[in-house]
Amino acid sequence: MNDFPWLTVLILVPLVGAPVVAFVPKRLGSALPKQLAVAVSVLTLAIGVAIAARYDVGNGMQLTETHKWIDAFGVNYALGVDGLGLLMILLTVALVPIVLIGSWTEADDGNPAAFFAWALALEAFSLAVFAATDVFLFYVVFEATLVPAYFLIGGFGREGRAFAALKFLMFQLGGGLVLLAGVIGLYVVSAQQGSPSYLLTDLAQLQLGTGAERWLFVAFFVAFAVKAPLFPLHTWLADTTENATPGTSVLLVCVLDKIGTFGMLRFCLGLFPEASQWATPVVVTLALISIVYGALIAIGQDDVLRLIGLTSLSHFGFITLGIFAFSSQGGSGAILYMVNHGIGTAALFLLAGYLIRRRGTTLISQMGGLEQVMPVLAGLFLIAGLATLGLPGLSPFVSEILVLIAAFDYHWWVGAVAVSGVVLAAIYVLWMYQRVMTGPTPPDAVGTRDLGRRELAAVAPLMLALVVLGFYPRPLLAVANPTVDSLMERVGVSDVPPAVPAADPGSAEEGHQ
Amino acid sequence: MNEFVKPTIEYAELWPILVVFGVACLGVVLEAFLPRGRRYLAQSTLAVVGLAVALGGTIYVALDLHKLGGGVARGLIAAEGTIVVDGPTVYLWGLILVFAIGGVLLFAERRLEGGLSAFAGQAAALPGTEAERQASTQGLDHTEVYPLLMFAVGGMMLFPAANDLLTMFVALEVLSLPLYLLSGLARRRRLLSQEAALKYFLLGAFSSGFFLYGVALVYGFAGSMQFSDINEAVRNDAANQSLLLIGMGMLAVGLLFKVGAAPFQAWTPDVYQGAPTAVTAFMAACTKIAAFGALLRLFYVAFGSDRWSWQPMLWVIAILTMLLGAVLAVVQTDVKRMLAYSSVAHTGFLLTGVLGVQSAAQLTNGQITSMQSVLFYLTTYGFAMVGGFAVVTLVRDSGGEATSFARWAGLGKRSPLVAGVFAFFLLSMAGIPLTAGFVGKWAVFTVALAAGAWPVVIVAIVSSIIAVYFYVRLILLMFFTDGEGEVASVTTPSLLTSATIAVGVVATLVLGVVPGPVLDLAGRAGEFIR
Repeated sequence: MNDFPWLTVLILVPLVGAPVVAFVPKRLGSALPKQLAVAVSVLTLAIGVAIAARYDVGNGMQLTETHKWIDAFGVNYALGVDGLGLLMILLTVALVPIVLIGSWTEADDGNPAAFFAWALALEAFSLAVFAATDVFLFYVVFEATLVPAYFLIGGFGREGRAFAALKFLMFQLGGGLVLLAGVIGLYVVSAQQGSPSYLLTDLAQLQLGTGAERWLFVAFFVAFAVKAPLFPLHTWLADTTENATPGTSVLLVCVLDKIGTFGMLRFCLGLFPEASQWATPVVVTLALISIVYGALIAIGQDDVLRLIGLTSLSHFGFITLGIFAFSSQGGSGAILYMVNHGIGTAALFLLAGYLIRRRGTTLISQMGGLEQVMPVLAGLFLIAGLATLGLPGLSPFVSEILVLIAAFDYHWWVGAVAVSGVVLAAIYVLWMYQRVMTGPTPPDAVGTRDLGRRELAAVAPLMLALVVLGFYPRPLLAVANPTVDSLMERVGVSDVPPAVPAADPGSAEEGHQ
Repeated sequence: MNEFVKPTIEYAELWPILVVFGVACLGVVLEAFLPRGRRYLAQSTLAVVGLAVALGGTIYVALDLHKLGGGVARGLIAAEGTIVVDGPTVYLWGLILVFAIGGVLLFAERRLEGGLSAFAGQAAALPGTEAERQASTQGLDHTEVYPLLMFAVGGMMLFPAANDLLTMFVALEVLSLPLYLLSGLARRRRLLSQEAALKYFLLGAFSSGFFLYGVALVYGFAGSMQFSDINEAVRNDAANQSLLLIGMGMLAVGLLFKVGAAPFQAWTPDVYQGAPTAVTAFMAACTKIAAFGALLRLFYVAFGSDRWSWQPMLWVIAILTMLLGAVLAVVQTDVKRMLAYSSVAHTGFLLTGVLGVQSAAQLTNGQITSMQSVLFYLTTYGFAMVGGFAVVTLVRDSGGEATSFARWAGLGKRSPLVAGVFAFFLLSMAGIPLTAGFVGKWAVFTVALAAGAWPVVIVAIVSSIIAVYFYVRLILLMFFTDGEGEVASVTTPSLLTSATIAVGVVATLVLGVVPGPVLDLAGRAGEFIR
């Protein structure tokens, strides 16, 4: 059983499931494709859990599979998981069934089978992205995720989604083509130093010249900054989340966008360590702008889906900041943040989706006073919101504090600016809650149904995870830390030991004179 | 006095090309002697069988070519030094024949026009006259198109195989003249078609003139028409560099016109739009393949030692072509014109591969060569173009093919399968991974970057981003908008068109997912022999 291709199976199950779901004969009933899709996603979840069970913490890349694919390009079909990959895979396999159950009726006015099928296809390609250990394979699936994403946005959601889909795709493909230049550049460098290969292990051995390394870094980073997204390449984000269904937004923001920060860790830091350090000032600045700017414009939004989308801009700023702070707290915090943000934002999007379905509007100004008619929904919405703003006791707090520590370590003013993001988060979350839920109940909202059993079932696991991981983040950290340690070693940074003033009071005194 | 020596012709290697010409001549005879009613079946069958036999012959010849220089190249120089049958030649022959078969199948499609072919009933009848009405009520059909196509295919096969300038020129004319005629034979919108034919002819004649002038100048420089002798002369750097450079430029004008590179691309949209779509499909794929074969041979073999003179020129032309094709495609509102401009952009991408040539010493073992990348790109491009234009023939309204964007709106809701197939071809042309177009693009960009042409690669990436916009916009139009007013619908074709489209789809998918075997095949074609 040792050679069982776990990862290939993990990818194949949803990939095969997607066309099956799409082409189930219509006469068998409209619920069958949905049930089938959920079954497929649960099966994928089970395989994901099995992989996690087989995973041996601190043992590097595991469950590897390598097969020759395109010999002429030095391309292999190579898969493997490390701590980072495992966490992302688990996040993906857990979120997809939740999204499918949560958006059971979202696509009913269109072609529900297509929605569920595209979602599974997106899951398959995303899993492949997180498992790929060959840069070419990574690139192929990285781009392939866009096709299902495009059809999910363009096919389901509100008026104006067609334009949003076009904008989304143009940004992503633009970034993708810049990445293509980087991928090609890697081939050329690798070909010049012997036989061309795209395997990560081979690429890590390359002797890159300073100039080449920096150009390659820029190509990779731009693509990931579009994906993540970072200021100033974020403008597609709000348009997309505004027009797509909340379920689609969860898949995009909580899974697909993680590829951006995942790629920064795996490729930018892993392959171009020196260039990553060279670029740190710019990247940190962009991350800080994203944090503050994202939070500020989120405060000003009247559309609840736009608002949640923009909070992610701020959060991705935090993640990027953690990555490029180059310390073990920052790295672990960033990875943890990726998981927690996925859980928290997914909950927020799904609950907002329930809310919009009940009220028939997405505008915050037209809601209000819903607390009394829908106490459960309101309560969960508050918990998800508090998680987003980093309340201690809920899981995002842990990651946020780690990133902030790293930021203060990096430089005090970086930490100071980042902390303002936390304050602003409190404003946008609480103000939104206040406007949506509190106040007098509008007459037409009286008698609105509270959450149904299915809707509750979809968000319950997320709530549970928020609380459990808030009090006991240890398993996540145990998985993430070895990856971070090896990355820090690769970059050549070790944590500065805390300065203990008592050890040498004399020199400190002299410093002041 | 010299003895007369009987020229030796290597029939064993040249017979595929002779079959094609023979079938073409036989077609002319059939046209003269068969009664009208039986010509269609006889001509179309003859053409398909002839092309299939030639394709089989090409494969047979390819398997049997001797290796030279330890496998670096394979083949021989035939027909007294005028024709080369080497690895690239047979690869290109194979490609041309495959797409020509696709072309014939599209030519033979008669279900779409209600039992008639897409060609004019009587080309000589003026549009809008009584004679034309008569021809159409009698249900006349031009079956001369099959011999014409065969002659064009013969010329296309000869073009990349030519080993001297005169043979190349003859091949150029043999392939061009039938195409001028074919472009003017559309059954619908005849004025547009005839205008296209005339435009194509006039500009083509001009470019042939340039080519011929270039031939004369290069002959003046080298004292020989043979590519190997020209190469020798360039190497020894005989006097009169200016003769060489001007001649080279003139030859380039002739060839770049044929591939549709800027600034000689002006005919492409008009001709692609005006010609019957079946002809456009055939022409877009096969002419480009043949002309790129000739371009490669001319520049790599004859002027290979003078790379530093022509590479910068190709840099500029590639950049211009890509940008112009991509930018102008954005503003098109007609599917055929958009595909035409996209084909211009593809020419630019192909040129990116051509200018990525490096000497063998600069390449490491296993690194992809520029020849390999261009051959592969031509393969992917051909399948997407033939398939794409074949889909265009299906989308019709009351006035025949409906090519304006407004008519295509919402097609994905009315005929998801056809629209899906077309979207797949568009994605391949846009170079989305898991389609053939992506691998092709990767290959040509890589060789260019390896040769240090990074400015060209950057422009290529920028134009790819622009190109994505217009491809995706069409997909958006098909799937996510509702048509207003009269919209086109899909006519069910006969097996001929469906088969062509199906082969295109399968090839595009397979070449995208497992491109290895075909890439290796293109790699094994090896170098040109001199």
